[in-house]
Amino acid sequence: MLDFLKTLFNPPPPPSSTTAKERLRLVLLSDHLSLSPETLAALKADLLAVISRYVEIDSSHADVTFEHRENDVAVLASIPITGVRERTQPPAQATLPLEMSAIDTETHAVQIDAGSESVDTQAMNDTNASENGATSTPVTGVVSAATRRRRRKKAQNLANRSNANAQQLGKPAQA
Amino acid sequence: MSGRRIVVTSGKGGVGKTTTTVNVGAALAKRGHKVILVDTDIGLRNLDLVLGVEKRIVFDLVEVVEGRCQVRQALIKDKRFESLSMLPAAQTREKEAVSEAQMTTVIDELAEMADFVFIDCPAGIEHGFRSAIAGAKEAIVVTTPEVSAIRDADRVVGKLTAAKIPLRLIVNRVRPEMVKSGDMMSVDDVCEILASELLGAVPDDEEIIDTTNRGEPIVLDELNKLAIVYDKIARRLEGELVPFTTFDTPNFLSRMLTIFKAG
Ligand SMILES: Nc1ncnc2c1ncn2[C@@H]1O[C@H](COP(=O)(O)OP(=O)(O)O)[C@@H](O)[C@H]1O
Ligand SMILES: [Mg+2]
Repeated sequence: MLDFLKTLFNPPPPPSSTTAKERLRLVLLSDHLSLSPETLAALKADLLAVISRYVEIDSSHADVTFEHRENDVAVLASIPITGVRERTQPPAQATLPLEMSAIDTETHAVQIDAGSESVDTQAMNDTNASENGATSTPVTGVVSAATRRRRRKKAQNLANRSNANAQQLGKPAQA
Repeated sequence: MSGRRIVVTSGKGGVGKTTTTVNVGAALAKRGHKVILVDTDIGLRNLDLVLGVEKRIVFDLVEVVEGRCQVRQALIKDKRFESLSMLPAAQTREKEAVSEAQMTTVIDELAEMADFVFIDCPAGIEHGFRSAIAGAKEAIVVTTPEVSAIRDADRVVGKLTAAKIPLRLIVNRVRPEMVKSGDMMSVDDVCEILASELLGAVPDDEEIIDTTNRGEPIVLDELNKLAIVYDKIARRLEGELVPFTTFDTPNFLSRMLTIFKAG
């Protein structure tokens, strides 16, 4: 009975094999994250291109880094905002900065957990965004250059298709 | 004849590269293939001891590379498996004694004489590793189900992938009862973490130490359960699709008891 109560209030710790697996996942992730300077530059360029579609930014003071945190590794983007773009419609979902394919290296780009990014919108409104407006997104894996190319192509196809659909429906195609 | 050139590597030392090289090589020789094992661990020669041929060494890999003898003169034929031979490492030379180009030349020459050339790699990812993989076209990455061995194996997997050398994993020293109780990562866990294909899983077994003491490959004893494990690995290398049996499947008797109880 006492044992039962004990286990009720103190659930047993996870088996050590589970702990080992989780620790390895994290440590290998950060081992793999030693990205080449070219890849890091490409990531930064892609990121800036996307953000500048929504807000005006000062790309010369933008900073993209990786941070090792308690339970994950995060990509941190600190990008000063200099103004707001006038926009009547949000851009199409599948549009990626395709022309902006930046430098294509045989190395790696990062894979992120899109479900749990924490953009502090309050801080983003602050014009001094370089201090407070950092976007922090957990990194969940590393993507090979080949995979990136495939994804870009897929996104391009999707974008083309949605533009074609829009035209069929007599709507203006979205940029 | 142009045989397969397979490097056996791990990153971390002491996980079972030499044991694997000797036993997988012997299992293939037993199946009728001509097999040559090459010890590239210069300064830490070991394969000769594990195979039990240490008393018959005349020349070594470095002497072959330096042109002091023919490669055929340096090969030591195993007396138990007539299609098995080995090329010993130099024991008293610098680790850097063999360059990548020299290694490639020797391995190419050996591949003309055998169906399988196994290159037993030194630990680490420095010069010795680079020259050991230089002559290889395939790789076996050996790891144990432990965090440090897996992390090191991951480095090696990355380097082999960059060198475009296809690889498969051998998970060594698995303890099924610990896997069952959650105290050891499973073979599937290891393959998942390393995102690599499995070639075989070898249980942790005291008998390995016993047979190594004697310098006898475990596959000499056909009925030994590890001999069966290594034979399966040999067949997979031949290209046969040998199903993977998990160790934790209950043995025949306890399975019968379960059926009996259920019925
Ligand atoms: N499956 C196994 N079960 C028990 N002991 C093993 C097993 N595989 C290897 N060993 C032991 O582990 C030690 C290191 O093995 P070895 O093959 O020399 O490793 P490496 O060549 O990677 O340094 C040896 O003492 C060997 O007998
Ligand atoms: Mg060894």
